Amino acid sequence: MAFPLPKPQAPQLPQHLLRTIDCQQGAVRAVRFNADGNYLLSCGSDKSLKLWSASRGTPLKTYSGHGYEVLDADGSYDNSQICSCSSDKTVILWDVATGQVSRKLRGHAGVSCAVDDFLLHRSIDGTVRCWDTRSRRFEPIQVLDEARDSISSVKVAQHELLTGSVDGRLRRYDLRMGQLYVDFINSPITCVCFSQDGQCTLTSTLDSTVRLLDKSTGEMLGEYTGHKMKGYKLDCCLSGKDTHVLSCSEDGHVYCWDLVEGSLSLKLPVGKAVVQSLSFHPTETRLLTAMEGRVQVWGAEPEETEEAMAT
Amino acid sequence: MASDNDSDEDFVTYGTPLEPLEEDEPLRKPVPLHEQTVKDEKGRFQRFHGAFTGGFSAGYFNTVGSKEGWTPSSFVSSRQQKAEKQHARPEDFMDEEDLSEHGIAPREITTSKEFSSSRRDLAREKAQAISALSAPIPGDTLLEELIAPARSSIGVELLRRMGWKEGQGVGPRVKRRTNRQKTARVYGCAPRPAGSEDSEDSDEEFAPENVTFAPKDVTPMDFSPKVGVQGLGYRGLDPGLALVGRSAPKHIDLFNLQSDRNSQLFGDKQQHTHRGGVAGQAFGVGALEDDDEDIYQRDALSNYDTVLGGEEPGDGLYGWTAPQQYTKKKALHRVTFYSVYLGKILEGFTLASKSAEEKTIFPPPSLPRDYRPVHYFRPVVDVSSVSPALADALRASRGQLVQGGDQSGGRHQLDSSQRRALLGETALQGHSSVMDLLRSEDRERLVNLCKSSNLPSSPVSGPHTTLPSPGALAKSSLSSRFQPKEVLASWPDIQGSQTFRPFEENPSKQARYDLYLRRLKQGDKDALEASLDPNMTEWEKSREREEFVRASILYRPSSSSLASRFTRGKHQEDDNTVEVSQDQEADVDDKQAAVTMKMFGKLTRDSFQWHPDKLLCKRFNVPDPYPGSSTVGLLKVKRDKFSVFNFLTVAGNLETPGTPFCRAAIIHLLFSAARRCCCTRHMITFPPNLHIVEFQNLKIFLEFCVHKKESIRKSKQGMRFGILPQIYLFF
Repeated sequence: MAFPLPKPQAPQLPQHLLRTIDCQQGAVRAVRFNADGNYLLSCGSDKSLKLWSASRGTPLKTYSGHGYEVLDADGSYDNSQICSCSSDKTVILWDVATGQVSRKLRGHAGVSCAVDDFLLHRSIDGTVRCWDTRSRRFEPIQVLDEARDSISSVKVAQHELLTGSVDGRLRRYDLRMGQLYVDFINSPITCVCFSQDGQCTLTSTLDSTVRLLDKSTGEMLGEYTGHKMKGYKLDCCLSGKDTHVLSCSEDGHVYCWDLVEGSLSLKLPVGKAVVQSLSFHPTETRLLTAMEGRVQVWGAEPEETEEAMAT
Repeated sequence: MASDNDSDEDFVTYGTPLEPLEEDEPLRKPVPLHEQTVKDEKGRFQRFHGAFTGGFSAGYFNTVGSKEGWTPSSFVSSRQQKAEKQHARPEDFMDEEDLSEHGIAPREITTSKEFSSSRRDLAREKAQAISALSAPIPGDTLLEELIAPARSSIGVELLRRMGWKEGQGVGPRVKRRTNRQKTARVYGCAPRPAGSEDSEDSDEEFAPENVTFAPKDVTPMDFSPKVGVQGLGYRGLDPGLALVGRSAPKHIDLFNLQSDRNSQLFGDKQQHTHRGGVAGQAFGVGALEDDDEDIYQRDALSNYDTVLGGEEPGDGLYGWTAPQQYTKKKALHRVTFYSVYLGKILEGFTLASKSAEEKTIFPPPSLPRDYRPVHYFRPVVDVSSVSPALADALRASRGQLVQGGDQSGGRHQLDSSQRRALLGETALQGHSSVMDLLRSEDRERLVNLCKSSNLPSSPVSGPHTTLPSPGALAKSSLSSRFQPKEVLASWPDIQGSQTFRPFEENPSKQARYDLYLRRLKQGDKDALEASLDPNMTEWEKSREREEFVRASILYRPSSSSLASRFTRGKHQEDDNTVEVSQDQEADVDDKQAAVTMKMFGKLTRDSFQWHPDKLLCKRFNVPDPYPGSSTVGLLKVKRDKFSVFNFLTVAGNLETPGTPFCRAAIIHLLFSAARRCCCTRHMITFPPNLHIVEFQNLKIFLEFCVHKKESIRKSKQGMRFGILPQIYLFF
């Protein structure tokens, strides 16, 4: 005999504040989940990078070695390495366990994005540099210098590099096809990301619009407005199951739109200041936001996790 | 071995070479005979039998028809019903292979036996005998003679019914036998009928007048095609002469001159008389024969000629070069015809009765002694640059002299006024300046503005709203900018010819420049204005004004002692190319329009070929999309540096001034610039879609200013687009 199928649950939104972490490292420039979502990284303006436990909010490690404020960080898939970049124009590859600098690459100021074997680093001079983390070479493997203005965001999917540039163009480098696709969006791009199924790209631009574009054709599938993004480089992301689109806003909220309908489903009040950065948990319904010196963790069901934490 | 390899290339190889033996490879066993199979074109196996069992196997595994061989299933015979007699022809047992062209019973259209003439035909036999003489095996017609057919062909039967008899010719009967050999002297080797022998002439003595005769039989011409690679008229050794051991001619004359062959063929009297039958010595000497002197025939080389032509004919008095009369006289007893001609007359040919017409050959004209077979192009001289006497001389000498200094080095170097003059058009009556397009109050305002504000010293110090009045203002601005006094001071009295020719590419311009310099030297205050072409547009004029002034300052002649140490470069820098990416992005304006209409997709997307680094592909665990490609990144190509489109993005952020006046001015200037650009070599193209864009973007206009090299250099020094003083005012 067959059991009836469970009711399809309505997608949950991270609308309850689970905890607030005061990072003690100045303004938090960026906050990131690691690959499995158990840890989080916060990039502080006091030149330090901190690793936290996402579930308990306890600091695990502090990585110091940058000469200026840390702008972005990312962890490798095997959690053995972290790369971070700072405005002192260096990219540092950290060993997670020891906290030692395993490599220091002098390039250009920018935000980085790390994957296992290579490291992408976008910079203000409009290039994306690809380094090989295995070799000891200090020259990048390839410099993607097609952008006419500085690169604001870089993402990597299986065989594709996605870059968003201030010149208003979304560039997708398809390594398998050997093609470069350029989508013109006419407004400086602040953040790009792939959807989880890898079929769409999400771009947030400085005309206070988040656009969902079809990856293969470049057609616009959705347009999400209502937030305010005029001057800051703010993040946007998709929820874990591609159901919602989230974006920071300069009015101190995180906006959450339904992906298909395009309607605003949640306007999460974070604080009064600008929401600097946000990161969505890869599997669970959990959200990180960074505002000023604090990192806030948001979840779908507040009480249970709180109680579980308390006990 | 190396030499062998080298020499291999010199040889022609036939067939497929054997596969080279590899050392490690075990020797392949040869395929045994019973496994060697031969297939016909339909894929059926053909088995060889032995040499004695003969040929291919027939049927199914040497049986016929089926695996079981014959199955006479259809053969049923009983007392009541006797089996019908089966008429089986051999063709019934043949397949298409046998009936094909190379089979045993080829099917082709042939003369059936009834119609083939195999009855004895004397004339034909004669022809055959003639041909048999030249055949490699003499007497191969013997076989045909032996096998005499019993039937005659239907044609012969028909003829016979019509009253024809053997040995006669075909045709209406004649009164007399006309062709008599002795009386009718035939020139040429028309074949005489075989029957025309001298003995017959005596029979014709009594010929009654009322008797008609059948026409003579005629030997058919032998039209056998020539086979073999020998020359015309070649005939091999007659084996019958050489080997049979005939006693009569000891000497074999291969190169007989007097054509004894003809006499042979046409049955002359001096035929060899020898016994027929088998009488060779090869069979030994019989008991009854007494001829045993020469049992074994030997052939000696002395029987043959060793020299072409053999011994001298005649009595050897004169030899080959005997005078004609002499040889004629000697050969009177022969046919005189042959004696004239010393060569061999080919079979089937005859000497011409008339000599061929002699062709008059005109010798080529003799070349003059000092002729050199190289063309020398005279230099094209500009009239204005040489002395008038020399110019006159040149004009007189050749009509190719450039007229009036208008050297047309191609129609692209003409400017509008030149083209107008060539086409015979009148000058445009419309507005010559933007100012004419303006309303009077606008003009006034502009003039006031211009007066109130100082003229810019730097061309691109910012957007200027000032405007000069059409004519006078430009002049005044010029005079304020380029002080003629300074120019004058820099041009002291110069002796000798002027060395710098900055506008050599455009001779008329150079002429104008020379005029300007001349006037400048004379101290003419109005030198600049006077030397310009009045037919040019204001834009062109102002441009030339500035160029002339600048050139006169730049190319100031140095002192002669110093100048002699330098030589001018022949050309300016020719590096007119820059590297740009191969796939240019589409027009940004279109995309912007598409974005505002929210039409993302094809309109906003560009795709380029992008070559990732090999190592990057490796790290991404992706096969290299362009294996073997050495380039990394986007493909780059060399483009012309002065192309408008390369620089479209340089002036990216300039916006169009919104006032209609500015737009009108820009449009006007664009057109004049475009007109101008067509005349210069540096301008590449006029964008074809300009009317679509409608000059909304100032940067397009700026591109037209960039097209000259000077402005390029300027733009390198900080994006100053400036050569034209008028233009700056519009910004």
